Amino acid sequence: MNFKRMWAMFTARNHEFFRDRAAFGWNFIFPFLIIVGFGLIFGGKEHQQFKIGVWSATVQIDFAGSTVPLSFQQGKYLQFITFASQAEGEEKLQHLKIDLLLDIHSPQHRYWINDSSPQGYVAEQIFLASLQDKNARLADKQVIKGVQIRYIDWLFPGILGMNMMFSALWGVGYVVVQYRKNGTLKRLKATPLTPMEYLSAQMLSRIFLIMFTIIVVWIGSNLIFHFQVHGSYGALALIFFLGGLSLCSMGLVLAARGTSEEFTSGILNFISWPMMFLSEVWFSLEGSPAWIQAIAKIFPLTHMLTGARKIMNDGATLADVQGECLILVAITLICLTIAARIFSWNE
Amino acid sequence: MNQIVEVINLRKVFGENTAVRDASFTVTEGICFGLLGPNGAGKTTTMEIVEDIIAATSGEILYQGQPRGASFREEIGIQFQHTSLLNFLSVEETLISFHKLYQQPEDLEYLIQLCDLHPILKQRNNQLSGGQLQRLMLALALINRPRLVFLDEPSTGLDPQSRRNLWDIVRTIKAEGKTIIMTTHSMEEAEYLCDEVAIMDMGSIIAWDTPARLIQTHCQGSSILLPESAFKMSLDALPFSWKRRDKTIVLKTAQVQEGLTKLLSLDIDLTEMTVHSPNLEDVFLYLTGKKLRD
Repeated sequence: MNFKRMWAMFTARNHEFFRDRAAFGWNFIFPFLIIVGFGLIFGGKEHQQFKIGVWSATVQIDFAGSTVPLSFQQGKYLQFITFASQAEGEEKLQHLKIDLLLDIHSPQHRYWINDSSPQGYVAEQIFLASLQDKNARLADKQVIKGVQIRYIDWLFPGILGMNMMFSALWGVGYVVVQYRKNGTLKRLKATPLTPMEYLSAQMLSRIFLIMFTIIVVWIGSNLIFHFQVHGSYGALALIFFLGGLSLCSMGLVLAARGTSEEFTSGILNFISWPMMFLSEVWFSLEGSPAWIQAIAKIFPLTHMLTGARKIMNDGATLADVQGECLILVAITLICLTIAARIFSWNE
Repeated sequence: MNQIVEVINLRKVFGENTAVRDASFTVTEGICFGLLGPNGAGKTTTMEIVEDIIAATSGEILYQGQPRGASFREEIGIQFQHTSLLNFLSVEETLISFHKLYQQPEDLEYLIQLCDLHPILKQRNNQLSGGQLQRLMLALALINRPRLVFLDEPSTGLDPQSRRNLWDIVRTIKAEGKTIIMTTHSMEEAEYLCDEVAIMDMGSIIAWDTPARLIQTHCQGSSILLPESAFKMSLDALPFSWKRRDKTIVLKTAQVQEGLTKLLSLDIDLTEMTVHSPNLEDVFLYLTGKKLRD
């Protein structure tokens, strides 16, 4: 391994990336837009968990003369949505747009739920509990203490991870195939550069860009959302670094051969979309079948996000996430070795 | 003189297509060796096998009498016919990048002077003209002080001025003692630059010698060309072997002066006469029955 040659390729690739204004800009704008978009949707606050539909003659809901208990009307995690008619409310309930539909003037406290909605079941229990309260039955209040995690704090590592995944797979895999197709790699083959040196340089260049992007996006987003990090920033950076390396090395395996951008694009989509959905970027796989959770473990993104969320949301230390770190290092070494063994400069 | 490259029974098959058929030749150190032939003759494939860019189906390549070893890439320079560089790097940055890939690189300032790169040093690779890109590619091929330089169709797509400049550079590096192996389909280029020429057609080497000896061996004599209207007599009575090409009569003669004397004695109008001396194109035409650019 000649580090001088590797450094030459590393700096050349960095220059190339930073001067390609479109690609450079998009790497920052894409994650930032997603984070801001989700921030706007959820207001940077706790997610309004339950949507309660009522029908009313006015847009503003009027509880005057209603039979809905006051405690339910003032429920902290309830959002009331008005509809012009009962039929419209039922249609929304059927399509799971709301969790519960209430007739607020019914002396029998008439309500509707969708029996396929777990959210609806919980909303129903809250409503029934409020009725018991109205009947002056004293409730025995039970409080479970825990760290309150905002949805945006849970989601943010996922969005960063998703952006890293696309940047690593496409920025390495697709680009290397392009270089092979247009003859850039052929020119390098005529030099003493080895596949391992070239691939390592590509991987390090991309991880440098990914880490730079993460820092910029983090700082920018933090100004708006004030993320809560319960663990150390150093540990968080390390898990992102190791995760980025493993994702880049995976991209190198996909790009080790072939000159068809269309085929490579198909393969990258085939890998990246399941990885995005199964690595808990957007939602937890808790409760999903065991075989799905087993498949998810194949992906480096799963381990990176598990580690990152443990550090960020639960205050885990490096020792607590050493398992995830080791898996990411192992994936990197295995993929890089395979890529260097099967790498072709030209077809 | 030492043989720097020996190619022995080289064969390359792509599927059902045999691109190179048992090609054998040797290259003497310090000369400019040309592989001449039309497009699709197998020149580039042969060259890329010798460069160790693609693998041969069978055959052997020796470099300085030995199979090519780990140091081969440190000692050769290649200018490919079709290749690319990183678009957003400047010429200067590209030179520096490649400079760092070798153990004993050439002095950059010398290369910049030699290939006239000063005016374009800050330009990005994707902003270069064809001629400027060729000059940069040539500089990259020379960046490691190579003993052996491969040039694949180096003047393709260049205007006459750029081509002439390129030829001057090639002659300069040859004068420094470097061995050059080049492919071309330009007989003018081959005659101007090459000490030895191997003519390829359909994957085979059909002739190999110095340009002068190839011409002497295969195309003796010259041609005198005259419009048909210049003849007031029956063409069958001419003391020459001749043939008609459109409205032009082509007369073959061993000695131009002797031929002209005969024509004057027959009182033929020589106002529109042209004389054609044989060249490598004629050699190729003689050997294959077709023109180089077919």
